[in-house]
Amino acid sequence: MIGLPHFLLLAGVLFSIAVAGIFLNRKNVIVLLMCIELMLLAVNFNFIAFSRWLGDIHGQVFVFFILTVAAAESAIGLAILVVLFREKKSINVENLDTMRG
Amino acid sequence: MNLTLANSLSLAAPEMLLLLATSVVLVVDLFLSDRQRHLTYLLSIASLAATAVLVAGLPEGRHVGFNGMFVVDGVARFIKLIACGTVAAVFLYSRDYLIQRGLFRGEYFVLALFATLGLFVMVSAGSLLTMYMGIEVLALSQYALVAFDRDSPVAAESAMKYFVLGAIASGALLYGISILYGVTGTFDLAALAERVNAGAGSNIGLLFGLAFVLAGIAFKFGAVPFHMWIPDVYHGAPTSVTMFLSAAPKLAYFALTLRVLAEGLGGAVGAWQDMLIVLSVLSIGVGNVVAVAQTNLKRMLAYSTISNVGFILLGLIAGTQFGYRAALFYTVTYVLMALGSFAMIILMSRKGFEADRIEDFRGLAQSNPWFAWMMLFLMVSTAGVPPFVGFFSKLYVIQAVLDVGLSWLAIVAVLFSVVGAFYYLRIVKVMFFEPAAGEITVTAGPALKFLLSLNALAVLVLGLFNSSLVETIARAMP
Repeated sequence: MIGLPHFLLLAGVLFSIAVAGIFLNRKNVIVLLMCIELMLLAVNFNFIAFSRWLGDIHGQVFVFFILTVAAAESAIGLAILVVLFREKKSINVENLDTMRG
Repeated sequence: MNLTLANSLSLAAPEMLLLLATSVVLVVDLFLSDRQRHLTYLLSIASLAATAVLVAGLPEGRHVGFNGMFVVDGVARFIKLIACGTVAAVFLYSRDYLIQRGLFRGEYFVLALFATLGLFVMVSAGSLLTMYMGIEVLALSQYALVAFDRDSPVAAESAMKYFVLGAIASGALLYGISILYGVTGTFDLAALAERVNAGAGSNIGLLFGLAFVLAGIAFKFGAVPFHMWIPDVYHGAPTSVTMFLSAAPKLAYFALTLRVLAEGLGGAVGAWQDMLIVLSVLSIGVGNVVAVAQTNLKRMLAYSTISNVGFILLGLIAGTQFGYRAALFYTVTYVLMALGSFAMIILMSRKGFEADRIEDFRGLAQSNPWFAWMMLFLMVSTAGVPPFVGFFSKLYVIQAVLDVGLSWLAIVAVLFSVVGAFYYLRIVKVMFFEPAAGEITVTAGPALKFLLSLNALAVLVLGLFNSSLVETIARAMP
């Protein structure tokens, strides 16, 4: 029988993969955006699992808000990415190092 | 006490007006030519003024609307008023700077107004959901603001860094909220407080969620070890945007921390106190020590922000009403000093010259003694020298931690502020005792000069009459 712990474990694993992806990724900014998306979806898993387990609808409502915000967030992220590419002609994470100190 | 819909709507009147006004500014701006752009600027300031009038007209006392989602109390009214003033001041300061660089566009004002709306929602959050929406409206507007100078490679780079790290912070905060929800079964801060007091406070799951929420808040605030974005973003963004980021949002993050930790999780004070102590000591230490090594003034002020965040947290650590008041006092005075310091950079800059290196201030006292003195006021106040207001803000937070018996913490804070005094006084030395490298020409308009003088003198006057601000805050937080 699949219960609450399984869902929480899955969400935890997805969340960790997303965080690890952000910190280990040295190549591509688009992968960063994907990791951010994965992170928010992992959280959604948590909310839905808890909502079902508690028999409380609020958690699922929260998920709708997160989905909306995640969409806006990707839009802004991609917009910044376009500006960045126009200036630097590259989306390599390693090139984001002109400021030091 | 829950109210009817009409009453709830009247509580949220300032937010609704601000949203409406911002939308109007957005649309009006589309129909203006570049020569008429001043209308956008005037409309933005008028929207803030009208919002401030509505905030001032809100009923006294604590009122809860929208089934607990929205709270209007003394702190909310006070912070919203200060925020309107701060954002209006930022607009006034930035006008010439933006015009000189061809950045005088409607986006700046619209994004800043939307950020203010996010700030308002955050400050009035009665539930974790409202809080999250406020945080995101504020944060998304800020990411776009940083990237708003499309021709600057550093701005684009810092916006990307800010965006990625900010998104991680939101992710951590949300993960923490989901765990808190699982443990307590509610998003409502008042209900959360009840359940924490009823025994959920010692639950290990609650501590786990709390750690994630705190990490998210520390990221947003810029406390060490979650501070990596602050120097790069402050350095890379146009100075007018840096000024915005360093001022108004700090008020919102203070309110956020107060709502979540003091109101929602007040019953678990023992758990978050230890975590805040670590964040605070690291911030004060790292911020002050690393700032000494900076040659770029914006970067130095960024590290100064980090150490000041440490001091704000110091007031919250105490977990007493006096501590919360001291932290609010610190935040308000910090905002005043940050505004003034960045306004000095804007005053010195002109087309093609950013004036953001410390050596650009060399010999200012010979050519412009008045503004050299104004900068001296601001720097000495931030360093915490009496009788300036910066001294009293530090005094109150340190008194707050002494009251709860954390004397070692007070000693650490005092020692590091002595280290901090070094780099503030270095600016003073550069201005007064070093010869100018070249001709210093101040091209700023009279409005900026007047407001900056007023701002710097306020630092002195508020220091001398600090009891009036203390009383205002005590009335806001009974």
